[in-house]
Amino acid sequence: MSAGSDGTVRRALSALRHDPPAVAGTLVLLLLLVVGLAGRWLAPAGTNDVDVEKMLRPPSLDHPFGTDELGRDVLSRVLAAARVSLEVGLVSVGIALLVGVTVGLLAGWYRGWVDNVLMRGMDVLFAFPVLLLAVAIVAVLGPGLVTAMVAIGVVYTPIFARVTRAGVLSVREQVFVRAAVSIGASDARIIRRHVLPNIAAPLIVQTSLSLAFAILSEAALSFLGLGVQPPAPAWGRMLYDGRGFVTEAWWLGVFPGAAIFLTVLAFNLVGDALRDVLDPRQLTVSEARRSRA
Amino acid sequence: MTTETAPDAAAGELLAELDDLRVWFPAGGGARVRAVDGVSLAIRRGETLGLVGESGSGKSTAGLALLRLVDPTSGRVRVGGRDVTRWSRRRLRGLRRRVAMVFQDPQASLDPRRTIGASVAEPLVVHRLVDSAHARRRRVAELLELVGLRVDLAGRHPHELSGGQRQRVGIARALAGEPDLIVLDEPIASLDLSVQAQIMNLLRGLQRDLGLTYLFIAHDLAAVEHMSDRVAVMYLGRIVETGTPAQLYRQPAHPYTAALLSAVPVADPKVERRRRRIILRGDVPSPIDPPGGCRFRTRCPQARPDCAEVDPALTEITAGQRAACPYAGEAVRAMLAGPEAPFPDGPAPRTTGR
Repeated sequence: MSAGSDGTVRRALSALRHDPPAVAGTLVLLLLLVVGLAGRWLAPAGTNDVDVEKMLRPPSLDHPFGTDELGRDVLSRVLAAARVSLEVGLVSVGIALLVGVTVGLLAGWYRGWVDNVLMRGMDVLFAFPVLLLAVAIVAVLGPGLVTAMVAIGVVYTPIFARVTRAGVLSVREQVFVRAAVSIGASDARIIRRHVLPNIAAPLIVQTSLSLAFAILSEAALSFLGLGVQPPAPAWGRMLYDGRGFVTEAWWLGVFPGAAIFLTVLAFNLVGDALRDVLDPRQLTVSEARRSRA
Repeated sequence: MTTETAPDAAAGELLAELDDLRVWFPAGGGARVRAVDGVSLAIRRGETLGLVGESGSGKSTAGLALLRLVDPTSGRVRVGGRDVTRWSRRRLRGLRRRVAMVFQDPQASLDPRRTIGASVAEPLVVHRLVDSAHARRRRVAELLELVGLRVDLAGRHPHELSGGQRQRVGIARALAGEPDLIVLDEPIASLDLSVQAQIMNLLRGLQRDLGLTYLFIAHDLAAVEHMSDRVAVMYLGRIVETGTPAQLYRQPAHPYTAALLSAVPVADPKVERRRRRIILRGDVPSPIDPPGGCRFRTRCPQARPDCAEVDPALTEITAGQRAACPYAGEAVRAMLAGPEAPFPDGPAPRTTGR
């Protein structure tokens, strides 16, 4: 899906600049992106370089985040795991967005039995606790990175379906939609050109918030041993492995935990800021300034 | 005022027609709102048919029916000699090139996220009327010029334009597909008074230059008189009177038309002092359960016992003027004659005459 029209994106970007928490969130996300793409080269050591002579060393100049019970460099593993988290977040939210928005558009535009069948299906998914559903899906498909992505994607699909459907229901009653019908535009064209751009704002917000929850869910699944399989690094898995050493080696849990915390916080900050900016009822910061001047 | 355009138009080819059309909407609990309840209209090529009535009279619904934007409950819709009543959604897209629509609120009828140029170009794209981006831009520029807008407005968004400019965009969009008929649904009602006149002049100029046919829907009687070759008055889902503006405005035959017109102030103080206002009692009855017999009888100062019995059809009063009232001329004369007019179970009609 394209991110609405240029207007939405441009307006969002210009307004975000004037919002300090959003700037901070954006910087963290950019950092995460760089680490995710180039983590392997940034890491001072290999992710699986076992060195039994350097087991459980506290943070030092050689190993800023310390070493784990196998003598592996924790910093290198945290950096490498960023890629996993990003991948899982983007792919699973991508799945949820694609399926959820399609379902929501069909349900909201055609209403009637289409709406009933699709949304009751979504309600069933929605009724399960997030983690329980994800665990059930992993149990059926077997643990692993791809399954985790699919499971998290399925879990977040109903939210997108609902947000989309609600938007479609209000936009379809607008006069400009009737105007588009009156000039002979097809359903597909009206949905693509008129409905989707006008509901892009809540979807963009939902996407950024869902990325945070998806990464958290991946951490939870990995913690339970149902996500990324060892020895591949993942923040959730590292937390799990570190829990046995909480008293003697705090750095095993603190650094991956902080990575999860910062990432989720950053997505939330950006998501909240986008929500404020994209709410059509209120002016953006820069627009408000211009109108006062 | 507008009589000079009337005679030729009346002889034109039949372009669009509603035949005993009913559009009923479900209203919950099995009830149905009879928005349009037996309307027949004929629109001839090159003319402007004015459709007046209070809100809720069904005039907009009748206009929507011409584009099949609402589904008729019964009756027929014909456009260009073809019965489009049961056309499929796919076929209707072709119809909607030949019949275009201009909406009341130009702010609401333009997609806020699309540029003016994109909105005006949409019919061109939908009906594949241009084969390159260059041709599209040229045609959009042409259309904007035609409605008196600067070409550089094409890159703007609706919120950057004034109300009058936005309505010009709405008109340009309606013209893009080179339609035969344009349904103008209260096109000036949400505009400032000074802008209203500009838009009406624009519409008349376009009609003259492009040979357009209009269905002009409005509640503003003066605007309808100014714009129309023929006028139809609607009340509660029915047409109660039709004729030329000259006939209706000088010699209304139906009591409802007379009451509507008596509410319009006259600019000449001498005439204004002599003007009698006919005050109608009560509200328009619910279109869910309209009165039996004549629908206007519950509010008609001239209602007689047998008005409850017979549902009057439109009958010819004078050449070209038809009214749905068996007592047509005589009832109106009695109403305008003053307070001694019969006015069963209610206060005598107040008049401003002295």
